[in-house]
Amino acid sequence: MGFGRKVLDASFESKRMRDIFTWSLIVSVAESTIRLATPLVLAAFGGLFSERSGVINIALEGKMLAGAFTAAAVTYAADTRLGVGTASPWIGLLGGMVAGLFIAVIYAVSCIKYKADQVVSGAAINILMIGIPGFLSGALFLSSGSTPQIPKDHLLPQSPWLIALVILLLLAAISYVLYKTPFGLRLRSVGENPEAADAAGVSVSRIRYSGVLLAGVLAGLGGAYLSIGQSSLFTRNMTAGRGFIALAALIFGKWRPVPTLLACLLFGFTEAVSILLQGVYKLPSGEDIPVQFINMVPYVLTIVVLAGFIGSSRPPRALGIPYEKEK
Amino acid sequence: MLELRQITKRFGDVLANDRVDIVVKPATIHAIVGENGAGKSTAMRIAYGFYTADSGEILVDGHVRDIKSPHDAIALGIGMVHQHFMLVETMTVAENIVLGAEPGNTLALDIKSAASQIRKLSEEFKLAVNPNEPIEHLSVGQQQRVELLKALYRHARLLILDEPTAVLTPLEVEEFFAILRRMREQGKTVIIITHKLSEVLAISDEVTVMRDGKVVGRVQTKDTNAAELARLMVGREVLLRVEKSDPDVGRPKLEVNKLSVIDRNGSKRVNDVTFNVRSGEIVGIAGVEGNGQTELIEALAGLVDPAYIKGEMIFEGKSLNHMGARVRRELGIAHIPEDRHRRGLLLDFMLTENSILGVHYRPPITALAGGVFLDNNAIQRRADEIIQRFDVRPPNAALPARALSGGNQQKLIIGREYHVNPKLLLVSQPTRGVDIGAIEFIHRQLVALRDAGCAILLVSAELEEVTSLSDRLLIIHDGRIAGEVDPKVATLEEIGLLMTRGH
Repeated sequence: MGFGRKVLDASFESKRMRDIFTWSLIVSVAESTIRLATPLVLAAFGGLFSERSGVINIALEGKMLAGAFTAAAVTYAADTRLGVGTASPWIGLLGGMVAGLFIAVIYAVSCIKYKADQVVSGAAINILMIGIPGFLSGALFLSSGSTPQIPKDHLLPQSPWLIALVILLLLAAISYVLYKTPFGLRLRSVGENPEAADAAGVSVSRIRYSGVLLAGVLAGLGGAYLSIGQSSLFTRNMTAGRGFIALAALIFGKWRPVPTLLACLLFGFTEAVSILLQGVYKLPSGEDIPVQFINMVPYVLTIVVLAGFIGSSRPPRALGIPYEKEK
Repeated sequence: MLELRQITKRFGDVLANDRVDIVVKPATIHAIVGENGAGKSTAMRIAYGFYTADSGEILVDGHVRDIKSPHDAIALGIGMVHQHFMLVETMTVAENIVLGAEPGNTLALDIKSAASQIRKLSEEFKLAVNPNEPIEHLSVGQQQRVELLKALYRHARLLILDEPTAVLTPLEVEEFFAILRRMREQGKTVIIITHKLSEVLAISDEVTVMRDGKVVGRVQTKDTNAAELARLMVGREVLLRVEKSDPDVGRPKLEVNKLSVIDRNGSKRVNDVTFNVRSGEIVGIAGVEGNGQTELIEALAGLVDPAYIKGEMIFEGKSLNHMGARVRRELGIAHIPEDRHRRGLLLDFMLTENSILGVHYRPPITALAGGVFLDNNAIQRRADEIIQRFDVRPPNAALPARALSGGNQQKLIIGREYHVNPKLLLVSQPTRGVDIGAIEFIHRQLVALRDAGCAILLVSAELEEVTSLSDRLLIIHDGRIAGEVDPKVATLEEIGLLMTRGH
């Protein structure tokens, strides 16, 4: 009798344990999904402004890198030189935004003023941004490619639920600007039919500058979160294609704020799961599945999603076409 | 109201406007006529701030004004409706109308008050549209009303309309003219750019005629007639009517039997169409654009995937259904496409190269072992022949096709297609964007080919063209043949009704 009860207790215990385990697993996956999706969301929202105005933003990656490096460098400098302590990540964040903006100005001038091919100049910026942070960190910190470590308590707040709140507020603000303000109306019209906007007295280039510059700020912010939020230093090419994944999320989200956010969460989720899977499953031979293989998951998903699921997605009609006002 | 003084504008080597003087009196309808490239649109685009003049000045209400952008023009009460509508298709009527002049403040777009203001305007001028409808759901006529409302919403006192009737059916043109007269009554001034002389005579008070960038005539409409205006426009006497004898009709060349063409969404663009074309006759197809004409001609030319075609197409007793475009051409079917830039020419290629498209793979164009090399001498000869026979100007075969005017591009295509001595000619919009002088020439060529025994299937949105050229006239509506009329006796009203109602 006693023995039977003991078994019963044990199985009850283990069920409860399993429940707790499952629940905490769900929570931890949700939290890391939010954490991992955040840089994507910021960059994708930036891309949204740029692309709805008709400028392809393949340079998101480069802007994120600029933001990530500058944020880390500025935070470290503020921490060590100015001694502002816990205020330093906020200064760093501002630095990241300014860096994104700076890159965006270069991109905007080449694409809008000089009507350069948007894909080519975007790619050039991305390549440039692989090299420049490494060069600067060598010059400033005598290291090859990364910035010095920042103390844990001098990083951005990590609480996923606080971040989730910020993202939701940002979503509301972006949707409002896009659909409920004259600026949003002009932005959308310039991306669809710049001739029509021009004929209606809207300055196409001014709107496009605004779109691209906003994209720079938001992508810089996304990069900053990567280096002084998720991590505690900048490492070479630390975005690892996240700018492109953000771009994919934007396309998957049909250039609309809510679906874009959901697409970013999906990509964040796959990344979270791929981290979770590391070392869990074994190959038949008994070895671990190589980490590199698991890390492929978000990228493979990007390809699958873009190739298979967006058949009906229609980009802004003037996307990628410089506006030539007849002279 | 508006005065252009000595406006000069140069695009590269071309003098588009040469000391142009135009005076438009308030509360009148003023027509500006001229052939393509005469500079009428350029002058008006300068007045609207799309272009800036190299020299000369613009006066609005007697004051010299500096108009640098459409924004400046709008502020002065000038509105313009372009030939190609300037509307954002995915957005609603109200959004399009307020764009650039949004009500409310920077932080909040007040689309509701805009909608009510638009309703008021549309009642005042009898321009019925639903402010909340997306543009892509509207007919062309409705889109034009949106364009007018857009200008009126910005308190335009002067409306410049660039070829406004090009896209309208005869019935819509009548409605449209009624709207213009109503605007004039309300004190608005209207400038209408056109090359359709019948419309000029029907609607305008005064006419300015332009040719080669210069103003060549200013007349009161009541003191002039179509022949005089045409002479001013072209600079010589023009035959406005097509002269042709009765057809000498032979055996059926093309038989179309219960033909349907389905698009990717599964809807029937051409729906159960049956007709034939006999040698020695021109069969015209009249209809509002987008009622299946394009799909019908492309199906016959072999440009539609057979999987999307139902029914039969028979040429000289042989089924065409599964023949590619090349085989059809080899049988003697020629095609003059409606969109010469998309289907007719390689714009950046030379006239020589363009003149051999379709026969580029076979002798005499190719030489050695049945076609390894292009024979440059043969190509040059062919291009020169076409240029000479069809009066392509400038007569320089080394020019890229892009350098030619629309009329001359069209003459080159016609020459190329005629060169193979077709038994059946499929021809769409042969004179779209072509000058009056060249139109006359093209019409005569079509009749000559008919008289030589060719079967011709002619699609045209120009009702006058299709009725005067055709020996039999089919009217297409919503992909179906809505009726067949004898173009010699049918009235434009009768045809117009079939075009819009389908019965």
